[in-house]
Amino acid sequence: MGVDRRKFVKFAGLSALGLAVNPPIKVLASEETYESAAGTSACSGSCLTCRPAHPPENATRWAMVVDLKTCREHPECNACIEACHVSHNVPDFPNPKDEIKWIWKEHFGHAFHETDHNYLSEHLKHSNALLLCNHCDNPACVKVCPTNATWKRKEDGIVMMDWHRCIGCRYCIAACPYGSRSFNYREPKEFFAENGRKLQADFPTRTKGVVEKCTLCEERLARGLWPSCVEACPYNCMTLGDLDNPDDPIRQIMHDKFTIRRKPGLGTQPQVYYII
Amino acid sequence: MFDSKYIIIGLIIFVLIVTIPISYNLFALNKCEVGVPELEILPKAGDKCVKSREYMRPFHMDLLNQWRDDVVRRGDRFTTGPDGKLIEKSLSNTCMDCHSNKENFCDRCHNYASVSPYCWDCHIAPTEIRDTDLAIHVEREEDN
Repeated sequence: MGVDRRKFVKFAGLSALGLAVNPPIKVLASEETYESAAGTSACSGSCLTCRPAHPPENATRWAMVVDLKTCREHPECNACIEACHVSHNVPDFPNPKDEIKWIWKEHFGHAFHETDHNYLSEHLKHSNALLLCNHCDNPACVKVCPTNATWKRKEDGIVMMDWHRCIGCRYCIAACPYGSRSFNYREPKEFFAENGRKLQADFPTRTKGVVEKCTLCEERLARGLWPSCVEACPYNCMTLGDLDNPDDPIRQIMHDKFTIRRKPGLGTQPQVYYII
Repeated sequence: MFDSKYIIIGLIIFVLIVTIPISYNLFALNKCEVGVPELEILPKAGDKCVKSREYMRPFHMDLLNQWRDDVVRRGDRFTTGPDGKLIEKSLSNTCMDCHSNKENFCDRCHNYASVSPYCWDCHIAPTEIRDTDLAIHVEREEDN
């Protein structure tokens, strides 16, 4: 006997139900899809406060946006500086002449001296700017390095350093217009031992006579982690992204907000952008 | 030949003096034993090294230099081990996982061979972490 009307309607109903249930199950079953779906529905990636769990893979031009508007509301916060300097074994020598800095705060008027004037708005005048290596597209430090100890990575634009190869000539310090490079006038390991500061085993220190600077946490990016500073900021002031990817959230932020760079007239094409 | 007697005796004495290092080793009673330094037996016995012992003994420095260039200059951080596992090309994170005692492993042989590589000027040996931990601990106790 063939299928009667009653059975046909039953099967049709069940099939329709199955089709209706399938898409939500797919979404719930795959955590990743669920997360990204939630992420896009929340803010479509254009807000400053939401960040995907992992940085994009195969980025070809890393760049950072620093939201100084939010940052200067919390002048007491140094979470990013501490996180960076702990994770990279950066010594905090007491004598300012020996200072080593990868990321630091500087008076706004000093950091952006071209925009500074006597009648600058009060909140900018007395604020600090967060500074780090700009990972320039056209880095002056790389041009002068005689041993190729510093170079711009072709694949993602990071200005890298090979501390094995640095001979400590300090040409790069003289060339960098942003003061992003520090020289080890003293032995860092001795300092750590004297002060009982804990060393991070998974990252080396440097030695006396070597120049060092921010590497945009390339060792963390390679493991699918955001840079220490980006991750540590409790107010999400820093956004890292791939400028070459038009769909990257950083492009949306730069589209929506007005951003400036430090000393753009020098032609180094710095890749840290500031919202002021 | 004039004075051949003196010349030949003189030559023999000269040759004897010049070959003293060889003859000393051949005929000395208490020979200088240099041996091979005892290296630490690993706590994680059974774990395979990334390369064979025969390769590692003479060429570990080449491998480390290769790893250094791969990681720092080419961003190539991982390789597959002998058992197919993915391993990180890292002295302090991979090698020292097994060879955790630098004094009994690296130093013992380097002292014997009278070489002083500068790896540990920057890279951090497991004991250094223990030492600084201890220093912090002692300091805290003193504070209390």
